[in-house]
Amino acid sequence: MDTRISPNASFHTDAVKLTLLQSSGAVPLEAIPVLDYADFYDLLVERLANPECHCLTYYGFPWRNEIRCLACIADDTHHTVEVYAYALPKSDNLRLEAISEKIPAMHIFERELAENFGIDFFGHPWLKPVRLAWNRSDLSQTLRNYPFYAIDSESLHEVGVGPIHAGVIEPGHFRFICNGEEILHLEIQLGYQHRGVEHLFVQHKKLTQRTVLAESIAGDTAVGHTWAFAQVMEALMHLQPDETTELNRTLALELERMAIHTGDMSALFVDVAYQLGSAVLGVLRTPLINFFQQWCGNRFAKGLVRVGYSPYPLQPALAEQLDKMLIAYKARYLQMMEHALSLPSVQARFEKNGEVSLAQMQTIGAVGMAARMAGLARDIRISHPFGNFRQSPIATHLKEGGDVWARAHLRHDEILTSMQYLRDHLPKLQPAVQNIPTSYPALPAEHFALALTEGWRGEICHCAVTDQHGEIAHYKVKDPSMHNWLALALACRNLDISDFPVNNKSFNLSYCGFDL
Amino acid sequence: MIAEYKILRKHGWQFIPDVFAVTLPESYQQGRPIITELAVANEILQKAIENCPTGALSGQADALQIDLGACVFCGECQRICGSDKIKFTNDYQIATNAREGLVVRQGQHPPIRLQPDKIRKEIRSYFGGSLKLRQISAAGDNSAEWELNACSNPNFDMGRFGIEFLASPRHCDGIVITGPISQNMAEATQICYDAVPNPKIVVLAGTDAISGGIFAGSPALDRSFLDKYPIDLYVPGNPPHPLAFICGILDLMRSRKK
Ligand code: SF4
Repeated sequence: MDTRISPNASFHTDAVKLTLLQSSGAVPLEAIPVLDYADFYDLLVERLANPECHCLTYYGFPWRNEIRCLACIADDTHHTVEVYAYALPKSDNLRLEAISEKIPAMHIFERELAENFGIDFFGHPWLKPVRLAWNRSDLSQTLRNYPFYAIDSESLHEVGVGPIHAGVIEPGHFRFICNGEEILHLEIQLGYQHRGVEHLFVQHKKLTQRTVLAESIAGDTAVGHTWAFAQVMEALMHLQPDETTELNRTLALELERMAIHTGDMSALFVDVAYQLGSAVLGVLRTPLINFFQQWCGNRFAKGLVRVGYSPYPLQPALAEQLDKMLIAYKARYLQMMEHALSLPSVQARFEKNGEVSLAQMQTIGAVGMAARMAGLARDIRISHPFGNFRQSPIATHLKEGGDVWARAHLRHDEILTSMQYLRDHLPKLQPAVQNIPTSYPALPAEHFALALTEGWRGEICHCAVTDQHGEIAHYKVKDPSMHNWLALALACRNLDISDFPVNNKSFNLSYCGFDL
Repeated sequence: MIAEYKILRKHGWQFIPDVFAVTLPESYQQGRPIITELAVANEILQKAIENCPTGALSGQADALQIDLGACVFCGECQRICGSDKIKFTNDYQIATNAREGLVVRQGQHPPIRLQPDKIRKEIRSYFGGSLKLRQISAAGDNSAEWELNACSNPNFDMGRFGIEFLASPRHCDGIVITGPISQNMAEATQICYDAVPNPKIVVLAGTDAISGGIFAGSPALDRSFLDKYPIDLYVPGNPPHPLAFICGILDLMRSRKK
C-alpha cells in the first residue's frame, strides 16, 4: 500500500468524477468534471445508496460568474474519496430537485446551500436555516424571527432552553414540545456561535493567522482541526512532513481524545448525580491536559500542530514521563470506572436512555462516535488512514444499543485503546529537532484540496480552493457535529425531559464547530 | 462504600493550597512575556511583527511591545526572535483591570497586577466576601469555557473563596464573557447583562473576548456591547488559565493578605 502518493498522482480521472486516495490531496479545479445537475443527482443517489459510501461534504462557492458546487463522497471499502461537481448561474431563482428526498443524510448540506445561495431544493423535507450566517442570502431571516416548529394542541406545551444554558457551556437554542414530562419533539436551532470562520480563512492572508484560526474552530478539538488544515496546506504546497511530525500529530490526536473523553465521563456522572465519579474523573483529566502544557505550553494543545513541521517534537525523556503518567492514570481510572459502571444508580440512568438505532444513524449520515455507539462503522483512522495510522493501525470500537450506556462505554473503550496506542508508540520517539521551514512554497493557482482527520467527535473534513493568483478563494470546514446534532434530537424523542441533560452530554457535540 | 473509601484514599487532597504561589512548569509558555534589550537584527524583528497573527507584537527595535489583550500566545515571535529576546514565562498572574496594563514593554518587567484606584468602590464593599457570576459564552471556542469550568473542579476549587458560577443572572453579581461576541449572540448578551441586579461587574475572559483575538475584524461579530459598560477585569489567554482567572477575581474582590 502506498504510504503517501504525491498529491497530483493521487487522483485519477474518469469521465465524471475524480478519485482521491486516502485522506488528503490536491488537484487542479478544472480536473474535476462539471456535470449537469441531473447527472450529478443520479450519480450521488446511486453512490450513496451503497452503505459503504457517505457524503463528507457538499457545498458551493462563487467561482467566476457562477456558483460551483462540489460533493465529496467517501468510499470506505476502497479507501477513496470521489469528487463530483456541477455549476449554477448566479440568479435569484434557483430551483433544484432535492437529493434529501432519496438520501436524507444530505439534508444538512442542502439546507446550507439554500441558506447561502437561496437555492430552493424542492422535495426537501425542511429547508430550516443552518446557522444564519452573516452572509446568508436572505438577511431578513434572523434568529429572533425564526419560526420554530409547532404543534397546535391544548394538551402540549413548549419548553425553550437557551441560547444561554444553565452551566458554563456554549450557546444554542433547544425547543421541546412536551406532553407532560415527555418530549415529543426536540428542535435544535444553532447559529449563535457564528464567527465567520470560513470567510476569515480567506480574509486572513498570513499562514500564522490561518493556523491560529484553525485551532479556534473548536478549541476542544485543536489537534483534530489544525491537523486537517495542515494537511490541506501541505497537499497544496506538495510538502511531505517527516515521520516524526506525523507521529507527533498522531499521538497528540489520541491524547486529545483521551483528555476530552475523560472530561466527558466526568460530566456524565454530574448529570446522574454521582459526585465521586464526577470529581475523580475531573481530577484525572488534569494530568492529561497538563501534559499538553508541558509538551507545547498550552493545555489544549494549541500551538502543537504547524504546517510542514513539528514545533515541539516530543523528546524521549518527556515521552517517558508521559508513559509514567499514563500508568498512574490507568490504575486510578480503572479503579473508578469499574466501580462506577457497576453501580445500579448509574446503570439505571444510562441504560435504555436516549436510544437510537443503527438504521437511524445510517439514514442521517452520523459519523464518528455518534455512528459507532449504534454499531455503524465510521472511522476515518480506519477507512482513510492518515499520519501514523497508515503504518500502524489503531483499533476502532463498535457498540450496540445506541443509548447513553453505549455512548459511555464507547468512550471508556476508546480511552483505553488510545492509551495503549500512545504507550506502544512512545518508545519509538527519537531525539528530534525543530525542522522549521525557512519559507513555504506558494500555493498553486486554481486548485482544490481536501483533507480528513478523525477527531474525538468524529470525522473532520477541510477543503480549500485557490484562485488564479494562488490565493485561497474559498475554505470549507466540516465538523462532525454537522451530521450528528440530529442524532441528539432523535435520541430525545419520548424521553422524560429530565433525561435531556445526560443525553446532551453523552453526545457532547460542538456548537462552534457547527456554527463556524 | 468501602470501594468508594478506597478511591477517596487513593486520590487524597487535590486542591492547590495557595493559588498565588503556584510554580507552573517552565514549559508553560502562556504566561507574562519578557522582552529584553538584546539587540536583534531588524529583519528578524520585522519578520516577527509581520508573522504575529493578531498584530499584538508591535514597535521599533528599541521599543517592542506585546499587547496581551490581542496576543493569542502562539509563540511565533519567540520562535523567530529567540527566547533570549522574547520569552513567555510561567508567570500566570496576568489579569488586570486596566486595558493598558496588558501591554508588556521591552526592558520593563513589572508583574501584572490590578490598579487598586481603578477598582470601583462598590465592588469590594458588596462582593468582598462572595461573588456569584453568570458566564456568557458569546462565540467562545469552548476552550475558555472548559477552563472556567475547571476553576470549580477539585484542583482549583474556587468555590472555597466564595466564587461560583450560577445559572440565573438574577442571582448573580456580574457576568464573565468568553468569545469575540458574534452578531447572533449580541442580543442575548445584552438581555443577560440587564437581568443581573445592580451593582454588577463585567469580566472579559480570554483574548477573543478582550480584543476579538484571531476573529477581530470579522464581519460576523458585533462587539458594541463592550463600548457601553466599564470592564472590571481582563483575563488574557488562549484560553485563560484557571489560575489567572481565580487570582484576578480574588484581587478584584479583596486586597491580598501580606
Ligand atoms: S505570541 Fe503573541 S505576540 Fe507573539 S506572535 Fe503570537 S500572538 Fe503575536
